[in-house]
Amino acid sequence: MNNNYRPALFWFAVLNAVATFLLIGLGGLVTSHEAGMSVPDWPTTYGYNMFLFPVDKWIGGIFYEHSHRLLASLVGLQTTILAVWLWLKDARKWLHWLGIAAFLLVIAQGVLGGLRVRWQLDWLGVPHGAVAQTFLVLTAAIALFTSRWWHQSAASRLVPVPRGLRSHILWVTILIFLQLLIAATMRHQHAGLAITDFPLAYGKLWPDTSPTAIAHYNATRPPGTIGNPITAFQVELQMAHRLVAYVIFLGVAAAAMLARKKLGGGDALAKLALAWLGLLTMQILLGAATIWYNKAADVTTLHVMVGASALLTGALWYLVASRRTTATLPT
Amino acid sequence: MKKSLLLLSSVVCAWQLACAGDLTGVITLKGTPPAEASFASKMQDDPNCVAIYAGKYPTTHFYVAGANGELADVVVYLKGVPSASTGASAAPATMDQKGALYTPQILAVQTGQKLIVKNSDTFIHNVHAMPAANPESNQVQMNGGPDLTYTFDKPEMFLKFKCDVHPWMFAWVSVFDHPYFAVSGADGKFTIKNVPPGKYTLEANHRKLGIQTAEVEVKADGAAQNFTFEVK
Repeated sequence: MNNNYRPALFWFAVLNAVATFLLIGLGGLVTSHEAGMSVPDWPTTYGYNMFLFPVDKWIGGIFYEHSHRLLASLVGLQTTILAVWLWLKDARKWLHWLGIAAFLLVIAQGVLGGLRVRWQLDWLGVPHGAVAQTFLVLTAAIALFTSRWWHQSAASRLVPVPRGLRSHILWVTILIFLQLLIAATMRHQHAGLAITDFPLAYGKLWPDTSPTAIAHYNATRPPGTIGNPITAFQVELQMAHRLVAYVIFLGVAAAAMLARKKLGGGDALAKLALAWLGLLTMQILLGAATIWYNKAADVTTLHVMVGASALLTGALWYLVASRRTTATLPT
Repeated sequence: MKKSLLLLSSVVCAWQLACAGDLTGVITLKGTPPAEASFASKMQDDPNCVAIYAGKYPTTHFYVAGANGELADVVVYLKGVPSASTGASAAPATMDQKGALYTPQILAVQTGQKLIVKNSDTFIHNVHAMPAANPESNQVQMNGGPDLTYTFDKPEMFLKFKCDVHPWMFAWVSVFDHPYFAVSGADGKFTIKNVPPGKYTLEANHRKLGIQTAEVEVKADGAAQNFTFEVK
């Protein structure tokens, strides 16, 4: 057995990854409730030190945005502790630098969020969302690298994973990340639903995006719709999101079939690929529900979190598969 | 020579002002507008709104029409007139936040004219101005805190104000670089004061119903022009 495994360090890394996942959910709620600008100042909150902001003032959109900032501060603190802990106690120099990278990334993420508010640059919400997903994968990867399995795998006889299958998983995971970028861009248009029906789009397989049609869509939006008028770009962006979703689903389905065929149904990675397919199925249903329930905040946020889970699953699958295949890795 | 020119221009201005008339009219709505949407589903999660409204929540006010079709909240203005803002010396316009709603919801100001935003509620708002042509701003406004003051340098129609704490709160401010505009009241009536005699293009702009245009000739005793918007 590898004696470098430190259970406390591992479980702290897991805690940090879980907290990061919850933070993404809370960030999703901020955007779903259009509360991103509800606290105009940063790093203070309505003039208060953010850690001393009275609870009775956590009203409306402030509740989501302020909670998001508090949890972000906790994740920042945890990440700092983790980086120091890795540096002092883990023998692997590459993991020291990964801890530093996580520290720098969480600082950058905090600054991105703060500047979005201070400079009223709404578009910064898109890179803020993208960095969030990247950071989630990084924290989960650190947890994996500090796990007992990872430490023990160097000395174990593991079933390698064929290169073609690993590449397939990698490309599908990258496509999921691109899909998350499309989704982040959609969510920061603040125009409500660009297309109000599913699986068709304004009653067609591909919607009319002529100026006349767009004017008609805007004129016939449901009563009480509050948000920017929709544009042809937004309609086309949502169609791109739908198409990429279908491609991802087919890619994950193929991955699950390939994994079962190449590794056997009892293999852990084959089971994980099947679970991944289950996640994607849920994600498509949540996407449909987001439209059917007129972008209800809880449904939309769940869609965000399952999307993050899908990215994470692909990334961890690839890392485990690579570990199983590579004969030796730096320890 | 300079004194003579100054005197002459003063006389011309005074004469124009003396000859200037009011441009009045009534705006009506034909047809039945779409139903307004209730804010209940959003407000009932907010304890302050629950306390204020006691179950009788307000709705959107996209189409404010009287019993006989008198249409309010239409911005009426002369189009294509030279820039001649008197905003710097104009009385400030006022917008309030009451019952977690902006009041009034539609108003108009000149470039350089002060717009004072008050918070008459007993809770926090943020006042988020989202112009297309002017700089964006987002400010804290505590209950009992000082009024916020805005001025806009560039003309634009329906500049949006929102509150991100209470996402149903919106107001739209139109900014003109001249003083010849008005917003129709609850009786559908509007008055644009002191319009110098001449021929003009008059536009009536409703945020949801669109734009109506008319050519008018204003004489020394003013002019009248009505508009009718129809729901299609």
